[in-house]
Amino acid sequence: MAATLVAYRWELRKLAAQNRTYLGIAIAAVGPIVYLLLAIAQGYPHAPLADNFGRTGVAFSLVVFKLIVVVGPAIIASLVAGDIAAAEDLGGTLKTILLRSVRRGQLLAAKTLALYTYLATAMAVFFVVATVGGVIAWGFNPVINISGHSLSALPALLLGVVSVAVYLLPVFALASFGLFLSVATRQSVAAIGGTLLYAMCLQGLAAISAIKAAHSYLLTNQPTAWHDLFQTPVAAGAIIRAVWVSAAFALPPLIGAWVIFTRRDVTT
Amino acid sequence: MRSRHLQDVSGIIEEPRLYPYLSGRANLQLLSDLDMGRSSRRRVEEVLETVELRDRARDRVSEYSQGMRQRLGIASCLVRNPKLMMLDEPANGVDPAGMRFLRRLLLRLRDEGVTVFLSSHLLAEVQEVCTRVAIVAAGQIAYEGPLDELLARAGRRYRLQTADLPVTVEICRSVRGLSGVEVDSGRIGFAIDAEAALLELAGALTEAEIAIQSMTPEQVTLERVFSELTEAPMSAPEVTV
Repeated sequence: MAATLVAYRWELRKLAAQNRTYLGIAIAAVGPIVYLLLAIAQGYPHAPLADNFGRTGVAFSLVVFKLIVVVGPAIIASLVAGDIAAAEDLGGTLKTILLRSVRRGQLLAAKTLALYTYLATAMAVFFVVATVGGVIAWGFNPVINISGHSLSALPALLLGVVSVAVYLLPVFALASFGLFLSVATRQSVAAIGGTLLYAMCLQGLAAISAIKAAHSYLLTNQPTAWHDLFQTPVAAGAIIRAVWVSAAFALPPLIGAWVIFTRRDVTT
Repeated sequence: MRSRHLQDVSGIIEEPRLYPYLSGRANLQLLSDLDMGRSSRRRVEEVLETVELRDRARDRVSEYSQGMRQRLGIASCLVRNPKLMMLDEPANGVDPAGMRFLRRLLLRLRDEGVTVFLSSHLLAEVQEVCTRVAIVAAGQIAYEGPLDELLARAGRRYRLQTADLPVTVEICRSVRGLSGVEVDSGRIGFAIDAEAALLELAGALTEAEIAIQSMTPEQVTLERVFSELTEAPMSAPEVTV
């Protein structure tokens, strides 16, 4: 455990020293501003909580969640997930660190945790920028929830924070697939492109009406699980489903990555 | 047990691969931390001093020259206080000043009791720093043992210049105890087994009335011994594994 934490700390430091990390966070920061400007200029979209546009900025980030669907986070996730293991392979640094005392499994666990931390940071930046931008535009006022009830601004803001955490679950699952591609292909470009393609395929599946009954169990439907928190009464069914569906989508690629990473010949 | 011994081993496979976007110091700290207690931050500063990179320790590795990267690579090995250090072609791409530094460093490590296992094609460098060598030819060890013994086995070589080169070559080839006769730049090179061969050669040249213009001993190089051993073995090579 100690070795994993040490490796995790260094994975974070490595991410902090690389430009692509900041590119992902910059996309997370600029995205809501662009949507805010579009919303002001072109009118308000049809989305849950969109009725709050023009009245309060507290729920703005959650409306943008609906608009960016899965592809937005997929871009942010793929930038790091696709590169985090492949870049070490290409650069040969994997050989260097595997000559030390840390084990491969510990290293992969550290990389996974660092990837999730990066995503949480990017989404936190997204939330803060969107909320601050929304509040500047429309004020810190009560929110009308999906059921039409009014929520005070501060509790709504706290629910928004929890919503971001719920929203992160499918994003983590998506990033796990990117990590798998990064380990399996050893090519950053292939892994980044493959992750985006995977996200678009999932999005495509969600659009097929013939499998409508299965839509609730697709990864692309889990980002809306936070709606439970903005209903009266507050529900939990969708959130619980998001937890296990996201886990079901995350575990196979993580196990696959572990199998490949712990057995691979790094000398070739 | 095996992993405990492996902790005393460090090395560089091919060229050192380090994180270009981290500083030299950060690279060493990372490797030190991943050794889980085998080394310390103080040791990092010591090895930076040893490889003379302390002044550039805060710079990113991407800004380092090839020689500096090689030195940082060696520092990454030293940071865990190894008893055995394995280096594969450490002088690759290093300028002459860097080579001198590397030679000094390896000799110093040797004097400090670190066993350095050096794999190199730069035989002059090997001859300068190594005490034992193993020569591999066609996947087989052609020689393994002390360097001094290997050089001694090659015999002493001389360079001879006379007024009549063709006849001298014939005489050289006929003298017992004299071998490896070759002509290069108007001079004849040969090896002797014993002093008696020199006396016999001098006698034969006098008898043929050929004046010796010069005869100088030639330093036996590992490169020459290597060529002889791998191309046309001097004698049945002793193989010790």
